Amino acid sequence: MTKFATSVKKVDNEDKCKGAALFVDDIKMDNMLYAKSIRATIACGEIKSIKLPKLPEGYYFIDKDDIKKENVVNIIYSDWPIFCTGHVNYYGEPIGLLVGENRGKLEELAKQIEITYKEETPIFDYSKSYIHKEYTKGDYASAKKRAVKVIKESFESGYQEQAYLEPQGMLVYPDPKIKDKLICTGSMQCPFYIKRAVMRSTGLGEDKVRVIQPAVGGAFGGKEHYPSLTGSQLAAAVIKTHRPVKMVFDREEDIKFSTKRHPSRTDLEALIDKDNHIIGLKAKIHLNGGAYRGCSGVVLSRALIALTNAYTIDNLDVVGDAYMTNTVPTAAFRGFGSPQTIFAMEMFIHHIAKDLGVDALELRKKHLVKQGDVTANSGHFHDPIILPEIIEKAISMSGYDKKIKEYSKPGCNKGIGMSLFLHGCGFTGSGESDLIKAKVKLIKDEKDHVYVYASSVDMGQGNKTTLKRIVSKNLGVRDDQVTFDNPDTDMIPDSGPTAASRTIIIVGFLMEKAAKNLKKIWKKGVRQEIVEPYVGPTYIKWDEDTMQGDAYPSYSWGANVVEVSYDPTTYQISIDGVWSVYDCGRVVDERIAFGQADGGIVQGLGYGYLENEVTDEIGRFRQKNLSDYIIPTAKDMPHLETAFIDNPFVYGADGAKGLGELTLVGGAPAVALAIENAIGKKVNKIPATPEYIMELVTNGKD
Amino acid sequence: MEKIKFNLNGKDVSIEVDPSSRLIDVLRLNYGLTGTKEGCGEGSCGACVVLMDGRSVNSCLLPMANVINHKIVTIEEFSKSKAYECIKEAFSSLGGSQCGFCTPGMIIASYALLKKNPHPSEEEIREHLSGNLCRCTGYEAIVSAVILASKKGEGLW
Repeated sequence: MTKFATSVKKVDNEDKCKGAALFVDDIKMDNMLYAKSIRATIACGEIKSIKLPKLPEGYYFIDKDDIKKENVVNIIYSDWPIFCTGHVNYYGEPIGLLVGENRGKLEELAKQIEITYKEETPIFDYSKSYIHKEYTKGDYASAKKRAVKVIKESFESGYQEQAYLEPQGMLVYPDPKIKDKLICTGSMQCPFYIKRAVMRSTGLGEDKVRVIQPAVGGAFGGKEHYPSLTGSQLAAAVIKTHRPVKMVFDREEDIKFSTKRHPSRTDLEALIDKDNHIIGLKAKIHLNGGAYRGCSGVVLSRALIALTNAYTIDNLDVVGDAYMTNTVPTAAFRGFGSPQTIFAMEMFIHHIAKDLGVDALELRKKHLVKQGDVTANSGHFHDPIILPEIIEKAISMSGYDKKIKEYSKPGCNKGIGMSLFLHGCGFTGSGESDLIKAKVKLIKDEKDHVYVYASSVDMGQGNKTTLKRIVSKNLGVRDDQVTFDNPDTDMIPDSGPTAASRTIIIVGFLMEKAAKNLKKIWKKGVRQEIVEPYVGPTYIKWDEDTMQGDAYPSYSWGANVVEVSYDPTTYQISIDGVWSVYDCGRVVDERIAFGQADGGIVQGLGYGYLENEVTDEIGRFRQKNLSDYIIPTAKDMPHLETAFIDNPFVYGADGAKGLGELTLVGGAPAVALAIENAIGKKVNKIPATPEYIMELVTNGKD
Repeated sequence: MEKIKFNLNGKDVSIEVDPSSRLIDVLRLNYGLTGTKEGCGEGSCGACVVLMDGRSVNSCLLPMANVINHKIVTIEEFSKSKAYECIKEAFSSLGGSQCGFCTPGMIIASYALLKKNPHPSEEEIREHLSGNLCRCTGYEAIVSAVILASKKGEGLW
């Protein structure tokens, strides 16, 4: 048996390297039709008329009238239509699908469709709240009376594209054996989300919708909900045509119309007492949710909860709103609301230190969260917290303490920044125990081969390898005695979505228990089955209405240090060094953990200084492809140095906590702080593009 | 439509296509060679990289007219070589492939570099692979894998 935490061979390497892994666009079926979305060309208004050209035989137009049951995408709020209801709410909203055999012909026919509108004035600002949340801690009003200083600032963040390398794609086809049964396969994170969405839109029963995951080329949250939309659209097309229908976006369609990270503005007010202690924080958080609510309420929750980040502040008054705008709906993206507010908090605490004339790291250390502290939501940090060790390690790896002094001298055009951060693992509050109720299944066949059944999707992060490994380790069998195939909803129990950094901490924990239980009853040569339901820590209590209680079953922690140089002629930033330290409980597989760390920080850095996406006067994205939406290349990134510190969690598989999202959230504040250090001006907005840096250098605040 | 002759994966082939059609579509749709992936369709991401006369090219930017009488090698054929085996082992042992969508293109681009420069520096690797985007690995494991392959694959390129 291999030692835990060292690395085993990633199970899908062979097929992926030689190009044999089948992604949805690689799957071809007999009689297959293609679909092309017909989209609105205004931001807001009524559709007056739709004039279709005469469609040749075998060509179809599918729209809201073809939805058999409910024209709504099954997400948390039921306000997002599968096809436009008649009132357009964003540029690019799908009105229908053109379906047929030849893609060139579909393009030709699409150009001949004439749609007329009665336009209305669209909304693009933070004026129409459609979700409101708030909470308090302590007594902000009376703390304000004790304050000797009040400091106010605002922070803004932009859109971010998941920019998975494989664009969105879905294929739905009639089951060749069972009448009226649909099979969906496509680029996805959450097979059961698609299953429920298709059941709801078609009215088909549990046994009539099957979802099978093919290879998935990256997701990062972008394939959590969007495939429920495309799956529902194609299901309608299959019911009408009785043929397989595939729709794969090209990059332009993906960037322009699929969901992305919520842009934000966070207005903060800090109360400082005579000892330079932050005794209160008031916040108003704005998220741009786009045309429909979708999952914005949950993103907003996490944004609010994460606000105080790695610091304990006794008196809080926090409100947040998600706003309706006539733009593409925003949704899940690695970090899920927390990158926005953690960026704001990290910058703010530095700016407070500057204003008070004290050392920023010392001010942060004075406020660090400790085990037993009351959380922002009046729950408790139950588990050991090792932030001081994390900071010390990050400093010794990067030389932060010496460099920050050196680079603070004017004219050296170099800068260094350190972010500290946490990430709450799993769904908010008691969601895992009360709502998700995950189950996993292990089946041992007569040859003593073990099959892992769970709905966790491997979209690159390697959980086919890690979950399988947890099982083989706990059973005490060889790795090749265990198989974990891609999820197929006809075979597996619902172990919940592949999201929220919950796979290892929840599903992995269940796998560990299931494997231990199977080991206890193991009979050689006999088929055996174990189903394990989730039972979480009973001390976790959460009230979503008041936002009071324990927001998460546990927290992972980290620090990122980023070093940059700055070109005062072009205002360009280059990244010279990146050092990261994480506490994710205990590492399950080293190579996979480093892979998450490296990919996460680079995505976080891109969010902070490079990835710029803006809309025009009708809410259209100005960026259309990967040549104008710039993500980091190998040349933009230096060598990345990462360390993990063990801090095992009782309810995690062999002590593991969540890691996927943690590695992204500190990237943007670390690079923004490094830029601030290099230019000597306060950064209040990401991405910190050369244009913004030029503006700061000319007119910014010291 | 025109008859276009070229060498595909070691065999002389000829196909009736519009000379302006893209090599990537002909590979994927006409020949079923789906190891070549489309990530952007405009030459930014490198997922569609194949070898043309031993050099890496973006097959999404290449009209069939420009392929006439050239030798095209895709990942399906390249993966039978010892050079591939060496690069693949390096990618596997260091974690250079996560979601796998960029991987075939990344491996072919790495080979093209090692063929030109068998002992590239880290900087040269980063420069050469800057046309191949990866959103999963942060490039760390990919760059280390190319360094490892260059050490282990002496004489293979």
